[in-house]
Amino acid sequence: MEVLLAIVIGLLYAAGVYLLLRRSIVKLILGIMFFSHATNLLIFVAGGLHKGKPQFASDGLTAVSANPTDPLPQALILTAIVIGFGITAFFLALMYRFYQATGTEDLDELKEGENK
Amino acid sequence: MILPALPILIPLLTIIFLLFNFQRREWQPWIGLTGALLQLALAIFLAVQVKTQGILVLHTGNWEAPFGITLVIDAFSSIMLVLAGIIAVSVSIYSIDAIDRQRQSFFFFPMVQGLLMGVNGAFVTGDIFNLYVWFEVMLTASFVLITLGGEKKQLNGAIKYVSINLVSSLFFLAGIGLLYGKTGTLNMADLAMKLSLADNNVLMNTSAVLFFVAFSIKAAVFPFFFWLPASYHTPPVAITALFAGLLTKVGVYSMIRFYTLFFVQDKLFWHPLFLWIGGLTMVIGVLTAASQYDIRKILSFHIISQIGYMIMGLGIFTVAGIAGAIFFMAHNIIAKTNTFLVAGLINRVTGSYDLKQIGGLYKIRPWLSILFIIPAFGLAGIPPLSGFFGKLILISAGFNAGEYVISFVALAVGLFTLFSMVKIWNEAFWKPRPEGLPPYEGENENLPVSMVIPVVFLGLITLTMGFAVKPILEIAMNAAGQLLDPKIYIQAVLGS
Repeated sequence: MEVLLAIVIGLLYAAGVYLLLRRSIVKLILGIMFFSHATNLLIFVAGGLHKGKPQFASDGLTAVSANPTDPLPQALILTAIVIGFGITAFFLALMYRFYQATGTEDLDELKEGENK
Repeated sequence: MILPALPILIPLLTIIFLLFNFQRREWQPWIGLTGALLQLALAIFLAVQVKTQGILVLHTGNWEAPFGITLVIDAFSSIMLVLAGIIAVSVSIYSIDAIDRQRQSFFFFPMVQGLLMGVNGAFVTGDIFNLYVWFEVMLTASFVLITLGGEKKQLNGAIKYVSINLVSSLFFLAGIGLLYGKTGTLNMADLAMKLSLADNNVLMNTSAVLFFVAFSIKAAVFPFFFWLPASYHTPPVAITALFAGLLTKVGVYSMIRFYTLFFVQDKLFWHPLFLWIGGLTMVIGVLTAASQYDIRKILSFHIISQIGYMIMGLGIFTVAGIAGAIFFMAHNIIAKTNTFLVAGLINRVTGSYDLKQIGGLYKIRPWLSILFIIPAFGLAGIPPLSGFFGKLILISAGFNAGEYVISFVALAVGLFTLFSMVKIWNEAFWKPRPEGLPPYEGENENLPVSMVIPVVFLGLITLTMGFAVKPILEIAMNAAGQLLDPKIYIQAVLGS
């Protein structure tokens, strides 16, 4: 499972970097989203994967299992997802405003106005 | 003891008050200013408390460290809080007249307070994930501030600013994930203890490098600084002054905190790297500044160059070096913000930031030139102003530690900084105005008092820091001594 997730994370980072290097702002935002998902998965894997060993005893179980899964990485990921969601929403709004103001979403077409 | 939480709570309450009075635009600056004054008073009170009682610790929600989020104020944090308070007050006063009505009625002051909350939070937290959250609070507020008004060039700068800062946050987050995977803790003191016992340095470096990249981007260190000059000159100058004073310094603060508290095992790799990076940052920042003609761009490149001095102090890694970095940071936050505020005054008189369009200001506004001279020559390092002593401490620490190359580089960069400041002086104040241009927009108007007060206030601090070097240096030495002995910090937080 770790190996599979490691490959997925790698692919997500690669896709993220590829998209970040595009000129279109839409792709830039998509790239940042891929980046952020890859990072969330990275925390998930780094926290350790243990199947079927809940931290908190549920129905029928009286005691916590011997080597339980650490719940903290999931709390961290949840926080990171919420922050990432808010930031992405802001960035999309910024892009829309940028498109309204300039009529383009290609960063290269703005070179002339840049130094003013 | 709730004291360590107050630097976060005061801006939060101020934001709530500001939002309740959203309709009353004329109240907004005054509520914001009250919040800022309270923060400064609190920061000074906290600094005295830290001096008399030692490190202040708050375990939030009564969760004992290392399980809960711990807020810690040591000498270094308290110095940074005082500086943040000074900048908060100055920018709040300056914005009363400098920021237009439109921006003031659209959440300018709540966002300034939000930024201050993030900055203060980053200074007091003792938990690395919490630090990430405060970074995000600070960044989100700065995203809104940099785009507020929605001018085309602002949006253009903001796209670069937002995207590169998001990437840096994700590096930071990845570093936290990997570090947690290896050590199983997020508490800084606990990390310091666990890492001091760990013997496998190479594995630690994988996350240390991620943190280094993240903080380098925030601090605008070579080779990660390109976003700064591309975006800092776009918003109104009061916002730039706030960013220039505080944002990059939070990156430097975090770097000093991380690399003195727990990433200290692999000195052979990190310290030469810091010296190289510091040197290159100084040189490249100062050289690119020389080719600019927009006052704000010159000053933006100088932010970068001066970050190099702070990184150099970290690379020297002696008490004197770190104390030099802290002293220099204090000097730089004050003087840099002040130069931007003066640039705003110049713009108010002339209607332009372009050095080719303006001139002869010495003739029409002699007082303005004195207000410019103090922070500008302070930055360049002319005695008896604060910058001279900042550089003196750093360079003598460098020579004492045997780091001759970086010390000579620092000396040479000081000369080039002087060149840039003299350039602004010559072009804006000394040379006669280019002929054939229409008269200045604000030539006969008086400058608003609220814009002059913060400039005078910050100028006086620069002068005082120059004349009262010894007590301030003692405070910095004390903070540096605490930083270089992580046991004090660990003991204060973990209690054993």
